[in-house]
Amino acid sequence: MLNFIIRRVAVAIPTVLILILISFVLMHSAPGGPFTNERNLPEAVMKNIEAKYDLDKPAWQQFFIYLGNVAQGDFGPSFRYRDYTVNELIATSFPRSAYIGLWSFFFVVVIGISVGIWAALRQNKWQDYTVMTAAMTGVVFPNFVLAPLLVLIFAVELRWLPGGGWEGGQIEYIIMPIIAMATSYIAQVARITRGSMIETMHSPFIRTARAKGLPWRKIILKHALKPALIPVVSYLGPAFVGIITGSVIVDQVFSTGGIGQHFVNGAINRDYSLILGVTILVGVLTIIFNAIVDILYTYLDPRVRY
Amino acid sequence: MNKLRNRRSWAFLGMLMATTVMLNGCGGGDNNNTSTEATAAAKTEAAKPTKNLPKHPVTGETLAEKQVLVRGNGSEPGSIDPQLVEGSVGGHIVRDLFEGLTNSGPSGETLPAVATSWEAKEGNLVWIFNLRNDAKWSDGTPVTADDFVFAWQRAVDPVVASNYAYYMEIAGIVNATEIMNGKKPPTELGVKALDDHTLEVRLSAPIPYLAIMTSHYTMFPTPRKAIEAHGNSWTKPGNIVSNGAYQLVEWNVGEKMVSKRNPHYWDNANTIIDEVVYLPIEDQSAELQRYETGEMHFTNTVPVSQMDRLKREKPDELKISPLLGTYMYQFYIPKEPFGDVRIRKALTLAVDREIIVNFITKAGQIPAFALTPPYTAGFESTEPDWASWTQAQRDAEALKLLEEAGYGKENPLKFEVLYNTSEGHKTIAVAMSQMWKEKLGVEVSPVNMEWKTFLTEKKAGNFEVGRYGWIGDYNEASTFLSLITTTSGNNDGKWSNSEYDALLEQARFSENPNEQYVAAEAIIAKEFPIIPIYYYTNVALVRENLVGYAVDNPQNNLYSKDMYIKAE
Repeated sequence: MLNFIIRRVAVAIPTVLILILISFVLMHSAPGGPFTNERNLPEAVMKNIEAKYDLDKPAWQQFFIYLGNVAQGDFGPSFRYRDYTVNELIATSFPRSAYIGLWSFFFVVVIGISVGIWAALRQNKWQDYTVMTAAMTGVVFPNFVLAPLLVLIFAVELRWLPGGGWEGGQIEYIIMPIIAMATSYIAQVARITRGSMIETMHSPFIRTARAKGLPWRKIILKHALKPALIPVVSYLGPAFVGIITGSVIVDQVFSTGGIGQHFVNGAINRDYSLILGVTILVGVLTIIFNAIVDILYTYLDPRVRY
Repeated sequence: MNKLRNRRSWAFLGMLMATTVMLNGCGGGDNNNTSTEATAAAKTEAAKPTKNLPKHPVTGETLAEKQVLVRGNGSEPGSIDPQLVEGSVGGHIVRDLFEGLTNSGPSGETLPAVATSWEAKEGNLVWIFNLRNDAKWSDGTPVTADDFVFAWQRAVDPVVASNYAYYMEIAGIVNATEIMNGKKPPTELGVKALDDHTLEVRLSAPIPYLAIMTSHYTMFPTPRKAIEAHGNSWTKPGNIVSNGAYQLVEWNVGEKMVSKRNPHYWDNANTIIDEVVYLPIEDQSAELQRYETGEMHFTNTVPVSQMDRLKREKPDELKISPLLGTYMYQFYIPKEPFGDVRIRKALTLAVDREIIVNFITKAGQIPAFALTPPYTAGFESTEPDWASWTQAQRDAEALKLLEEAGYGKENPLKFEVLYNTSEGHKTIAVAMSQMWKEKLGVEVSPVNMEWKTFLTEKKAGNFEVGRYGWIGDYNEASTFLSLITTTSGNNDGKWSNSEYDALLEQARFSENPNEQYVAAEAIIAKEFPIIPIYYYTNVALVRENLVGYAVDNPQNNLYSKDMYIKAE
């Protein structure tokens, strides 16, 4: 296991470096810069601003300055939010998205998997069709439709919930963000679980277990569940990162102040340091959770060993 | 098919509700928590019994007990440092937190603020501002002339790198240009504290409207001590010291900003709103929904798609007011055939502005026939003669001009119109292309680009006819007319007219610059460097119990201190 971890870390470092390099190049090759504005600035003013943010240096120099700062944990000043550093922005927005995300993930796992199994065990019965119809609806129903619809129903019409805000993550403020975040993931997980469970139930070792006369409950919990979860876990690893790093739709519709807004706004505003900061964050999280998924495999599938 | 879809969506809604109920259950009794001010503000007003509510000191109206104003603010400000802020979003907040020498009144008039009076001497080259004795910072220290000197030097200091440094250059302050260019130290700026309450400003051009310009945030004072103590973080709650009616207490990027009454503000006794919440909601539909939940007092804007419904359902809340801004297209003159004035004139005349404002933008925009909005302060506009023609006359003239220039059915004029990606701009670009096609047989292809790409391409001259919009920086015609001088950094169309340049230069030294401005507009009316389409309006939903929303301010300067909430 130790070996496995060392190997993973050894691969992770160049991966992150390549990620930074690609993002950096892509960002800098996009037309315009952080201070390109409808109000064209006089040359002297532009020069002063560029000098302040090192933008007057050649790109390769900027890249190494940036790498040096990142190595010290400093993601630099934000160009769009001139009163903030990227560290400050991530430090305030990421916990919010992660909080919504963890709750969403909890519901994704609990509801998605149990509904999926339930449907699989009632394959081709009405329960199965109902669940799968709902799941398909959930998958195809984008959250930019769902989120405003939730506000319309629960905040504008019924006035049960506030229309947006965070307020320390009080329950009434995060219910709708969680639903908007979790719905499509729940649906996905239910579909994957169902498919994989059906497949497992048809495999020879389950037939053997049934032939041995094992009780139904034991067959499912002890023998079928673990192998059936392998594809679900493969899906959930990266999905987890996606869920806890928020969504621009959720942040925009519910004004949650999460990190999701920074991905899109960072790119639109050419906020080089902010977009690199959030990219690195997601990159590192993805690497970590892929490794965790790989470790989980050894638990779920006795054939897998590192 | 349709039926099935309906049934599915109902099933889905049912599922949603079930989930919500479940979540509610999980949360236990949390629902009874005292809701925070942002949301409670609007709700509690409605449910107030008529107990002993305060009265407005002047009008005697009964006031709502809770004076918490929740404003839609459009987006997250880039900064709230007066010397770094730009655009209306940050401007709204900065005007609440800080106060300059003058304010822009409810109808755009210039009102005394920190300065109680001012006089111009030596033919407008030297200005003396007398500051009030009772102006204080939120930490209780007095606001002095020195604070203005410090702030104005910051504005031009290359180290501070203000986007608006050039504003000090427009104002004509001695040495502003040299300091911006790093040729002189900031201390050389032509501004001096004669004593604690007297500020002397020296100009290199006798700008008659300097006092008007001081209501702009770039010229607001900034607290030397706080900036020296906290550096870049001085604007954060806890660090910030401000001299306006409010002080910042909370700032959550993407959620809200909250400011509370500054007890040391000189006019605190007459300020009624206790707390202001600014919501940076970018998505217009999301903002509208938030308003409709009753959580906000006014929105930043209104989505065009909802305009018809809102005019019908909420006519008393929908406020439309002229905004100091012009929506236009510009020609790239160096590119043939746009060097030919006949073509520029033909295309300008053939745009049916009535159709655009009545059926596309729908928010009372005013058809534009000139660059400067006619309601700009001190500007006596004269419209070009074709403004009074019928559209049919304009079209006939346009067709004639285009034929003279050698274009017709056999040899149609072909070009691209460039606009930045947005539903609104697209509709206008398509409508104009269609008008040109139908009336003049011109073949136009609308092309859209993402915002920064659009700006870069336009600046590089890679366009033929491009969208252009400008919101005035200050309420004076030069903020518009100076856009298209030969040396202007904003003149992407590269139009150049020495007579025009000379007029604007003269205007800077003129007692009554209106003369030059009218002459300059006359040149535009002959030369057609741009296609004026309409003058912007500001559209917002404003709750009926909010008083003091300055509908008539052409710069949409909305000071929270001038508003109050009536009891319902």
